[in-house]
Order: sequence, then C-alpha cells, then structure tokens
Amino acid sequence: MTTASDPASAEALHDVTLTVNGVFQQLRVPARRLLSDALRHDLRLTGTHVGCEHGVCGACTVLIEGRPTRSCLVFAVSADGASITTVEGCLEPDGTLGDVQQAFQDCHALQCGFCTPGFITTITAYLEDHPNPTEDEAREAIGGNLCRCTGYQNIVAAVVRAAEIRRERTAT
Amino acid sequence: MKPAPFAYHRPSTVAEAAQLLAATQGKILAGGQSLIPIMSMRLASPAALVDLNHVPGLAAIDVTSTAVHIGALTRHAALEANDAAYLANPLLRRALRHVAHATIRNRGTTVGSIVHADPAAEMPAVLRLLGGIVEAVSSERGHRSIDSADFFVGPLESALQPDEVAVAATFPHPPGGSGSSWAEISRRHGDYGLVGVGSLVVLDEGRRITSASVCLISVGGTPVLVDVTDASSGTTYDAVDWTAALELVDAAIDPESDIHATAAYRRQLARVLTGRALAQATADAIARVAA
Ligand SMILES: Cc1cc2nc3c(=O)[nH]c(=O)nc-3n(C[C@H](O)[C@H](O)[C@H](O)COP(=O)(O)OP(=O)(O)OC[C@H]3O[C@@H](n4cnc5c(N)ncnc54)[C@H](O)[C@@H]3O)c2cc1C
Ligand code: FES
Ligand code: FES
Repeated sequence: MTTASDPASAEALHDVTLTVNGVFQQLRVPARRLLSDALRHDLRLTGTHVGCEHGVCGACTVLIEGRPTRSCLVFAVSADGASITTVEGCLEPDGTLGDVQQAFQDCHALQCGFCTPGFITTITAYLEDHPNPTEDEAREAIGGNLCRCTGYQNIVAAVVRAAEIRRERTAT
Repeated sequence: MKPAPFAYHRPSTVAEAAQLLAATQGKILAGGQSLIPIMSMRLASPAALVDLNHVPGLAAIDVTSTAVHIGALTRHAALEANDAAYLANPLLRRALRHVAHATIRNRGTTVGSIVHADPAAEMPAVLRLLGGIVEAVSSERGHRSIDSADFFVGPLESALQPDEVAVAATFPHPPGGSGSSWAEISRRHGDYGLVGVGSLVVLDEGRRITSASVCLISVGGTPVLVDVTDASSGTTYDAVDWTAALELVDAAIDPESDIHATAAYRRQLARVLTGRALAQATADAIARVAA
C-alpha cells in the first residue's frame, strides 16, 4: 500500500484505486489527502466544492457506494476500492442534465451555485429511497446542506420537482 | 485546514489493529466524523492512524433475546435503519435521529461516538441509561468488558486505555412494560443538542410506575443519569406528578455557559425536556402494553 515517498517532504505516499463516476482511477497520495482534495486536485474533478472543511456545510457531499458522505471527512486512502459518484456523475448517460439538475434549473434553485453540488448529490441519493417526497420530507432531506443565497424555498421545490421528473423519465 | 502528516496503517484483523495501536501509540480511525475535523483544525495531530474500515466483520448488528449488539464499524445510519433493533429497543432509533445529519450518520459509527465521549453526544447517554457495555481488546492484556457506569470519565474522556480497541457495544433491551423517549432542543437541525434527555419508564400490570430514570446530555462533563423512581413510584401513569423528579434532575446537573446557551437557559431546558421525556416515555409504555 505504501509505495513511495514524496521526495520533497519524505512523506509516505499510498496507491489508491477508486471508481469515480464509473471510471477506474489510480492515485498516489499522502495519507492525509482528504477525499475532497483527491477529487479536486488529483483527479481535477472540481465540481465537488469545499466550504467549511469540517463537515458542517455539506458542499463537499459525494456518494460513496451510493450513500451521501462528506468528502472532507474521509481520507482518500481510507476510501481505497470504493465507488464514488460526484456531481459530474449526476448527468443522464447521454450527457444532458440529470433529473435533479434539471429540477434546479426549472425551479431556480441556485444563485451563486457554490452549495449546489452537495445538494445535487444528496437529493439524487435521497430520491432512490423516497421517490415521492412531501414538501416537509424534502426540507428534512436537505437539512444537512447549507445555502447562503437562496433561502431554501426553491431548493425544496426542486426536490419535489426532481421526483416528478424522475417519475416521468422512468415512465417513458 | 489540512491535517498534519501521519503514518497510515490498515490492519485486516482486530488483533493486528490492537498490535499496531500499541506499537505506534497512534489513534483508531473509525468513521472519522469527529477525528478528521479535529485533525483538520490541528487540534490533534496523531503520529499514526490505525484504520478500522478495512477490518471485515465489525459492522454486524445482532439482535438477541436480551440485547442489541453492534460492532465497531456499525454506522449510525445502519443501526437507525435496522427494524429488528427498533422493535426490540425503539430508543436506539429515536436517539439516533438526533445524531448530526443523515449524511454524517452514513459514515460515523455508534461505537466511535461512545468512545469519543462527547458530553453533548446522544449515544453515550443511551448506553448509560440502558446499562450497556463496551467490549475492548488490547494486545497486551486481551479482552475486557467495561460497564457504561465506569466508561464515561470526563468530557471527551473514556475509560478506554490508549492501546485498547473498542470492538463492540451492547445495548440491553429495556424491560417488559417499559416505554422510552428522547427529547432534545438544538439551535439548528442536526446540531449537537443544547440539552437532550433520554428517558425510560417501567410500568407494572396495574399501570403503576415501578421505575423511572433519565439521562441528560450537555449538562455536565459526562452523561448525567438520574434515577427518579422515588419521585414517582406507586402512582398510576395518569396520576403521576413529575415535579419532584424535576427537582432531582436540577440538583444533579452542572451545566456550563457557552456561545450556544447560558447555564441558566440549559437548566431551564433540562427541566422542560425532562418533563417532556418522562411524559412521552410513559405514553410509550402505555402504547406498547396496549399493542
Ligand atoms: C457536523 C457534525 C455534526 C455532528 N453532530 C453530532 C451530534 O449531534 N451528536 C453526536 O453524537 N455526534 C455528532 N457528530 C459526531 C458523529 O456522531 C461522529 O461520527 C462520532 O462522534 C464519532 O464516530 P466516528 O466513527 O466518526 O469516530 P472517529 O471520528 O473515527 O473517532 C473519534 C475518536 O474515537 C476514537 N475511536 C473511534 N472508534 C474507536 C474504536 N473502535 N476503538 C478505539 N478508539 C476509537 C478515535 O481514535 C477518535 O479519537 C457530528 C459530527 C459532525 C461532523
Ligand atoms: S466542506 Fe465538507 S462539509 Fe463543508
Ligand atoms: S446558491 Fe449560493 S450558497 Fe447556495
């Protein structure tokens, strides 16, 4: 697992394999590399945003084995072998907007967009288990994500709308 | 906001983990939901981490006739979602719903939260209220069981020794005829509670209260367990007056002021929430007898 050391710092480096949005990836990182930084710096997947870096804001939320997880609270080396979905993986297979992304556009659920990747991943996973949420349930579902711009109303509406879009798309 | 360098170890058995822990004088990495923020803020810089996440067999949930047993890698979310555990002991799910957000619960472990021993954390109080046990392993001294009454020593301090791995925790089922509840107030959804109260009330066949206890968080250095049986017993459930119980709780707690709440406000919350928790647990006992 330890395979090399950084010539500048003598810090040990570890080989890590991840499946990110369906693509097999190999990285060589120090143990302290946060998964959020591994995604952004090593893999150049900058869709995942970093706000607070201590688990409070939710901007960095990705799906690990389908479950929403703070990527700033996981070491990349500890996620070795895991399957990860970032906001870049929340598209339709043909590259058009995913159901949750489409709903955010329809409902005007983002302004600056900094918080949006964390919302998209969280809601994408939530709808798997809750295909028809009420407005109250939608509010509960996004309780772990902070947004400084929108006032949340439109995000709640987008959760309900995304469920609708998902039902429409699976029906056709 | 980045952790300092550390040596990373990935054992594949508990024995190996215990050996590494002793040899490196490092720290166990479980869910990392408390440890990683602390390291990122450089409040701690352990020289080595021993990652439990790749040790097989530690995530089990066993519901036996007497207790719910969980392993060191049982995530909060898995225990919360487990229907057999809920049927046997509804307090587990009721309290877990107050532990952070669902996203944190997906990764954080219940045993990790018990070991971390934050005086504001819910699951240490639940373990204490139910008289649970933590199972620990060290490479030198082998296995031992630690009673919850001895486990919580101070804020963020448990009886676990630096070379011990907590491998499991046991939550005994509440007795027949009992009801439970968790009542809490926090500033925002998912935040640590300003005060939280778990309650267990046991009724006999005549619906008289035979035992009642509460365990409070955020009002002392450890979970504060208060037996309020004497303040209530003999009374039937619908005639009970909890005023004396509130006085017992008030005498037992020692809340502090911080940016979230003054000590006086916490005292007030402790009274109100204790009353609420006891009433809810009593109603729960009645509902369970009727069901
Ligand atoms: C934003 C946020 C909000 C939160 N809100 C709450 C809340 O409201 N209530 C609450 O209770 N918690 C809350 N938490 C904490 C969360 O519940 C943690 O998951 C939990 O406290 C620690 O569990 P962990 O598995 O993540 O442990 P880690 O972070 O991996 O470890 C915590 C400590 O325990 C030690 N440790 C862990 N497991 C073992 C073991 N098996 N043997 C020996 N030592 C071990 C570690 O070495 C470390 O010192 C919150 C966390 C965040 C980030
Ligand atoms: S950056 Fe991870 S929760 Fe804020
Ligand atoms: S859109 Fe700006 S923070 Fe949410």
